[in-house]
This record gives sequence, C-alpha cells and structure tokens, in this order.
Amino acid sequence: MIRTTVAAAMAAAALSTPALAQDIKIGFVTTTTTPAGAIGRDMVDAVNLAIEHVGGKIAGRGIKLIVEDDGVRAETGKQKVDRLIKEENVDFIAGFIWSDVLLAATGSVFDAKRFLISTNAGPSSLAGKDCHPNFFTLRSQNDVSPMALGEVLNQRGVKKLYAMAPNYAAGQDMVAGVKRTFKGAITGEDFTKWGAQPQLDFQAELAKAKASGADAIFAFFPGRAGPAFLKQYEQSGLAKDGVKLFTVYTIDDIALPRLKEGGVDVMGQEFTEFWTPDLDNAANKRFVEDFRRKHNRYPSFYAAGAYDLIPYLKAAIETAGGDLTKTDAIRAALRQAKFASVRGSFTMGPNHFPVNPYYTATTGVDANGGWYSKRTGLAAEALADPYRDACKMAASN
Amino acid sequence: MNATLFAIQLVNGLQFGMMLFLFAAGLTLVFGIMDVVNLSHASFFMVGAYAGSALAKATGSFWMALPLALVVTALVALLVEAVVMRRLYRLNHLDHVLATFGLILMFDAGFLWWFGPDGLQINLPTALRGRTSLGFVDIPTYRLLFIGIGLVVALGLSLLIARTRLGMLVRAAASDRQTAELMGIEPKRVFMIVFVLGSMLAGLAGMLLTGITEASVGMGEEVIIVAFVVIVIGGIGSLKGAFIASLIVGLIDTFGRTYLGDVFRLVMQPAIADGAAPAVASMLTYLTMALVLALKPQGLFPPVTR
Repeated sequence: MIRTTVAAAMAAAALSTPALAQDIKIGFVTTTTTPAGAIGRDMVDAVNLAIEHVGGKIAGRGIKLIVEDDGVRAETGKQKVDRLIKEENVDFIAGFIWSDVLLAATGSVFDAKRFLISTNAGPSSLAGKDCHPNFFTLRSQNDVSPMALGEVLNQRGVKKLYAMAPNYAAGQDMVAGVKRTFKGAITGEDFTKWGAQPQLDFQAELAKAKASGADAIFAFFPGRAGPAFLKQYEQSGLAKDGVKLFTVYTIDDIALPRLKEGGVDVMGQEFTEFWTPDLDNAANKRFVEDFRRKHNRYPSFYAAGAYDLIPYLKAAIETAGGDLTKTDAIRAALRQAKFASVRGSFTMGPNHFPVNPYYTATTGVDANGGWYSKRTGLAAEALADPYRDACKMAASN
Repeated sequence: MNATLFAIQLVNGLQFGMMLFLFAAGLTLVFGIMDVVNLSHASFFMVGAYAGSALAKATGSFWMALPLALVVTALVALLVEAVVMRRLYRLNHLDHVLATFGLILMFDAGFLWWFGPDGLQINLPTALRGRTSLGFVDIPTYRLLFIGIGLVVALGLSLLIARTRLGMLVRAAASDRQTAELMGIEPKRVFMIVFVLGSMLAGLAGMLLTGITEASVGMGEEVIIVAFVVIVIGGIGSLKGAFIASLIVGLIDTFGRTYLGDVFRLVMQPAIADGAAPAVASMLTYLTMALVLALKPQGLFPPVTR
C-alpha cells in the first residue's frame, strides 16, 4: 500500500517536472580569440547577464547558450555555424560582430530554416535586395551611424573631409553612409587591410589626409585598430593643424579604459552612437549597473546589442506560447519587437533592421575618474537605412 | 607630387623598416648561424611588448621600462634556450617548425590567460607624443626615436660581429661548426648568446611598436611573415642583407600604400584603381621577394662564409 502510494507520488512528480520541456538553444557566434576577443567577452558577459535577468528561463524553458569563436575569419565563422546547426541543433543563431562573417553564415542558417539574429553586424545587402524573413538584427544597418555623423559634420561647419575605414563590408558601408549626408567635398578616402591580421599603422594614411587639405577626418576603426589609430592621430599632431577627427564605432567603452591607460588624448572628439551607458531608462540602468558591479567596467555598445537579444527573444517566444515550431508566430513577434530595450524605444523596420535615434557622444569622465562614452545630444531622431526600399520581404522562409 | 607628403612617408617607411630590421636581425642570425627555423621569435617580440608596457606602468617611466624589458626578454630567452632550443639544433627544419610553432601557441595562450584579451597600452612621455619640426616638414617625434634606436642597434651589431672576439666566434661557428669545435670553440655557448641577443632585439622591436599600436596577443605573428620575406630578400644569415632588405620592404610597403592608387589611376578607371590599389599594395612585398628570388636566388647579400 505504502509502496504503491510512493510509486504513484513519484510518477506524478516526474510528470509535473518540466523534464519534457527542452532548453532553448542559442548558438552565439562572436570573437573570443585574437585581440578582438575583448569584444566577444563583452558580448558574452552581456548575454549571460541578460539570461540572469530573465531568471534563466523563457516561457518556462531553460536557456542554453553555446558560444563559438569566429577568429575574425568568415570561413571559420561559417564552419562554426554549420557545427551549431548540425551537431548542437540550435534553435537560434545569434551574435556576429563582423559583417563579412555574418554574410558567410547566412546560407547555412536559412537552408536549415533557423532564425538568424545579428546583435551587431548590419551589412547593406541584408537590408536591401538580400533581406530575408528569417534574418533580424538588433543593430541598424552600417550606413546609419555615419549618416547621422554626416549631419553632425554639416552642423560643425566641416567643408572638406577625408574618409578612412578598413577594407571589408562594414568599412565600405560606413564610408558610403557618411557620403550620403555630408554636404561638403570628400578630399580622399582610404580602405586599409583588414582581417585576423589587420593593418594597425595609419601614419601613411594620416599624412595623405593632411596633404589632401581636408579640415576633418572621418574614421571607422573598430576593435583594437581604434586605440592604435587614435594614438597615431595624436602623434601626427593633425589636431594642432586644425584637422579635426570624427569617428563611428572607434571610440567605445572597450577602448576608453585602454586609451586612459595609454594617456591618449581623445577628449572632445565627437562620434555618433545608438546607445551610451548613460541612457536614461529603467532597462538600461539595470543593465549598466549590474554589468559594472559584476565586471567592474562599463559595457560597450557591442554588449548593449547583445544584451537586448534575450528580452527580444523572450518576448517573441512567449508570444508563441513557448512553442518553437510555431515559426510564423515567432517571426511575427520578432517583427513587432515589443520588449524593453536598453536603448529605450525600439522600432523594427520593414526590412528587419531597427530604426533608432542616434546620439552625438564624446568621452566623459565619471566620479571615479573612469572614461566612458557620454551622450551629448541627439544627432538624428529616427534614421532609416537607405537600402530598405530595395527589400522585397517574403512572408515566410 | 607633394614634397611634404613624400618626406613624411619616407620617415614612415624608414621607421617600419627599422622595426622589421630589429625583428629580422635575430631571425636571420638564428637561421643563418644556427640553421634553426625559429618561429617562436614572434613570441619574444610579444614578450618585449608586454614587459615594456607593464613595466612602464609599474615604474611610471618609459625610459626605465626600456632596459628592464630587455632584461626580462633576455631571461625568458635564456629559459627557452635551455629547455627547448638546445634540443633542436641537431634536428631537421620540420622539427624546428613544429617545436617553435608549439612555443608560439603556448606563449599566446599563456599571455591571453595572464593579461586577458585587452591589449596593454604604454604611456609615452609627453615629449614623445607630439611631433618634431625638421624645417619644412613635421614628423611624429616617436617615429624619429624609433629610427634612431634602429640605426644605433644596426651600427652596434655590425661592430659586434666585425670587430669583437664574440663576433669572430659567431662567424667561425657559423661558417664551419666542426672546425670551430676542433679549434676549441664551444659552439653551444656561442649559439646561446646569439639566440638570447636575437630575442632581445625582437623584444626591443615589440616594445617600441607598442608606442604606435599596443601590446596584444599574437602581435608577433603579424610581423614574422614579413620578417621571413626580409631575410630571404637580404640573404639568410646576413645582417647587412637584413638591414638593407628591411629598409627596402618598409619603403615599398609604405610608398605602395600611398602612391599605388595614383599610379593605377593613370591607366584605369578611378573606381577600379581605388579597388585594386589596396589589394596590390599589400602584395608588393611578396612580388619584390619573387623578383629578387628570380634574379638572385641566394638573396641580395648572401653571407660569403656559406
């Protein structure tokens, strides 16, 4: 009698535990090796914090994050994505710092009918003719931040501009972006060697910029190329000649502590950002405060994009009642994007690229003497990318 | 052509050349004299860079850190020589490559674990942050210092090899190891000194480079390929060859990046020229090597002893 009761109770307990509900698997592709690993670390720390903030569960199911390293190589990234799909059978592929790595991964993900969600890269082709019902990004298309910066350049009275960026998909988009809105003359442009072993000495290009007679330089040098470029700009003395520097995604909250350590003077240099740590909204305060408490540093914009992934997915999956087979319902919810983003308001555009406000920013100094990217004003209210009209979005995959 | 731009690029090219020379000097000596392919040379470049940056932070002085970083690099080199290199001398090139590539992986993983993925920045003295006027043109002061140090080292090395007893031993051991041994020279000791000296030069190059970029994991691997090109162009084992080839490669690379686009624009559509120029500019060094190998397979200055 007692034995059967115990057995029945155990059986009931077994049924009631959510053993049937499998974990939601997210394959997260970023860079964890090479010096760009500092970016990947920031993103992974942010996603893990976001998972903690949702209590480790979406729709009652656990979340399993599988991080893969692309080594800043498109072919490596593609191999890792194939592995995530075939061996790990992940439900979502997310992450991606680099536009070229993301582009190389699209085929595998779409063939396997999974959702691909970029938390950083936003190449122009995916915003336009190659837009895809299963691709979403939490970051604007590459052109947009430099487009906002171009307007800032007009307001600051820049007449002649020299543009520099690395020679890969994002670099070309960035330079194209600033040219769209900047009204003055472009006196020259340089695309430098990029990849796992990028060009890090830009003195030759800086000398060309000065010789071209430009009164300002526009630069996009992400990752560790940023501090190197900023240091060389200082050593070149171009600031003393009145050749000002304006950047996008070059001065960020990964670079700033290092720039402070190296005593590189970046004070007063302006850049544009979709997010800064001092944005005043509840979600962002929680994110930045907990991130700083846990890791003793400011999160970067890479981290902000990665953090948003979890509440974004949570909202979509819970709309579909936690059933991942309801792909149409999930897609519809991903389009709606009703979640509390750390950037405040969040609107998903028709090509699955968000339409954000962009802010002007500069280097701020906090109460402890730490350097962080500080918002100084609004650069553009809601800037849509110029490619969305070329996008004929299919209804489903 | 803009004379100011040309002068600045000349200095940039010379500085890059000096960096290559400091790196390649050790590589060519170890390869030429000891007949050891030493990929881990790249790691000593990184050791010097990290030691320099960390010591500059600890001591608060760039000038104090410079000699201290060389001492640290020398100690690490001594250890590696005693534990690993000594066993490699009599093995073949493939074994050298495997063992020293293993060392690279160990150094990189170790530094990633110790220092994290963020690079280390070196805090330069204010005097080195600005630029210096050479009359008609302003040059970043740090680049001038870099070139100056490179020239002093080149001069010192050539005196060391040509005029001192140690230099004589090095040349003797390199030209005929067996005869040198029969004459009572202990080649092992000579090899150890050459290895440590070469590693210190790589460390010096690494530390100096942090003033322009930063100390980061794997930074040496970005230089070693070009450094091998340099020693092949210059003639393996020749310091003079390494010096000249470093300057050639440094200048070709810098001027290629600056002027190739303009040259291409003369014969092509501007859009095509702008697209092709960066790609071809990054190949120029290798094209130079191919040309030199075709004309002089032993390199420009093959050592007379071999």
